[in-house]
Amino acid sequence: MRKEFKGRTILAGNLKGEAAVTRQGFNTLASFQKDLMAKKEVVSCHDQGNQDLYGVAVTDKVLCLPTTIGSTTGGMVLQAAASLGKAPSALLFSESIDSLAAAGVVLAKVWNEKQITTVDRLGREFLEFAATGDSIEIRDDGTVIVEKKERENE
Amino acid sequence: MLSYSMHLNEDEKAVLEGKKGETLQKALESVVRYGDIFEAKDLVPIDHAVHLVTSFGIPLLHPVFDMMDELIEGGLKTDRPFTVDPRPLDYENVPAGLFEKFVFSKIMYAKQKDYEAQLKKVGLKDSNAFTCACYFDEVGNTPKKGDVLAWAESSAVVYANSVLGARTNRNSGVLELLCGITGKAPRFGFLTDEGRQATWEILLETDELPEAQVLGSAIGMKVVEEVPYIRGLATFFPNGLDDEARDYLKDMGAAAASNGAVGLYHVEGLTPEAAEKGDTLLKSDRKEYRIDKTELQRVRDAYPVMWKKPDAKPKLCFIGCPHLSRHQIYRWLDRLEEAVIKAGRSRLTVPTVLTTAPDVEELIRKDGQAMARLNRLGVRLSSICPLMYMNNPLCAKKAVITCSNKLRTYTTARYFTEAQTADIAASGRIS
Repeated sequence: MRKEFKGRTILAGNLKGEAAVTRQGFNTLASFQKDLMAKKEVVSCHDQGNQDLYGVAVTDKVLCLPTTIGSTTGGMVLQAAASLGKAPSALLFSESIDSLAAAGVVLAKVWNEKQITTVDRLGREFLEFAATGDSIEIRDDGTVIVEKKERENE
Repeated sequence: MLSYSMHLNEDEKAVLEGKKGETLQKALESVVRYGDIFEAKDLVPIDHAVHLVTSFGIPLLHPVFDMMDELIEGGLKTDRPFTVDPRPLDYENVPAGLFEKFVFSKIMYAKQKDYEAQLKKVGLKDSNAFTCACYFDEVGNTPKKGDVLAWAESSAVVYANSVLGARTNRNSGVLELLCGITGKAPRFGFLTDEGRQATWEILLETDELPEAQVLGSAIGMKVVEEVPYIRGLATFFPNGLDDEARDYLKDMGAAAASNGAVGLYHVEGLTPEAAEKGDTLLKSDRKEYRIDKTELQRVRDAYPVMWKKPDAKPKLCFIGCPHLSRHQIYRWLDRLEEAVIKAGRSRLTVPTVLTTAPDVEELIRKDGQAMARLNRLGVRLSSICPLMYMNNPLCAKKAVITCSNKLRTYTTARYFTEAQTADIAASGRIS
């Protein structure tokens, strides 16, 4: 089963990737800090408060989220992750992007020439439909196509 | 050439075209791209010094250090000297074992000295500029009503907007520095009259003044990033916005900003914009939240105990996140002395640190009487950031108590009211 959504393009890109989905705010510092400090190749979410993504790898994934939350260092942490090639490949927001994530993708783009494809305002239904492991295609006009992963009980 | 939507003047266009150097172009490009995302109409000149959130040389932020080098090589600094959040280390006044010192100095904050040297080169005010409460008179980064700012530290943002009536968005770290370097902030959100309208009406229905940290927590959790208009609070401050009221609002705002993401609140009859504009600040389609004693208790009871051993004996007590004002330090001295007498002790049982701005700390240290009282109690005075101090795996094992809701939210510290904190610090027992 697949479904198409349309959002606002913030940083345009055409790519396909695997979804990592959180329906609660994504705390950037809490999620990234531990594995970035440990210099792990792949960052897994270490935010103990995030029941959807705790322990799930987010590097190179299409991170689907409502907004980011937490410390105002969040933008810098995202920039750091991007500069090391450990950020998600794309950020898909169901709501309007928040100021911390916006700063992060802008700083990574301008100062480190690293682009995290970013689309926001995809709507609540997008986040209800998408699940971790689904295949996601993003087009540069803000179109997002979610293809459900086939699961054993389906 | 960057395509952008906002209106730029000729000077700004010239900067964006690289006519004033590549580094300044990148700084302004960051600000413009950021503003465009929020559909900012244009850029506004900043009226006052910036305040930075990033005070710590944590190695994972190396792209920030590289960017700072670029700014320095480009000969760029802020127009006005800036302040920055507190330092993460203070071995002289805050207990730390040898292993902790090794982890803090060699791993966690290995870049601290280098980073502080960079900050000086791009416009840091002075070596005392490290505090989250830069707006204290003693520190001097105190904007006036209506001033346009670009600040990032969440507790300072909410104070500047709400208590001082200045105008700043809740910026991310680094963006605020780039706004300071370019002298411009994008016009959106809290920089506009529309963005300062309240979408929540808070009805406080208590007979006594609630604990600031719990009231802020309740409001923050409910409204998240929206703007609340609080009724029923001003009645507890018959003298208006005096030192006591400002200290209360500082702590309430910090809790609302960390338990939610509140960047601005209005208090009917008390905060500058509410006193001036009254109910016209309320949007017609606002939501309503009633807060009474039961609701405050419900909020408090929901705080999880994050200690590894929930029945552990407290090992350390932090008071002052955000930093304490001078008046608050004197009030805490009174409170702690009373608690020690009540506990039948001669001094505090739990090692206790009062944290404040370096400029305030200097003043207190010059007050011989106050220092004698602090020493008798066994209280330490520091300008450390307790949050940064605790933000490591070693502290996660420590049974730390605090009356700061921000510290509770971001670390494993356990929250108690101010009265309870004093009693526990004195007796060593959690009853």
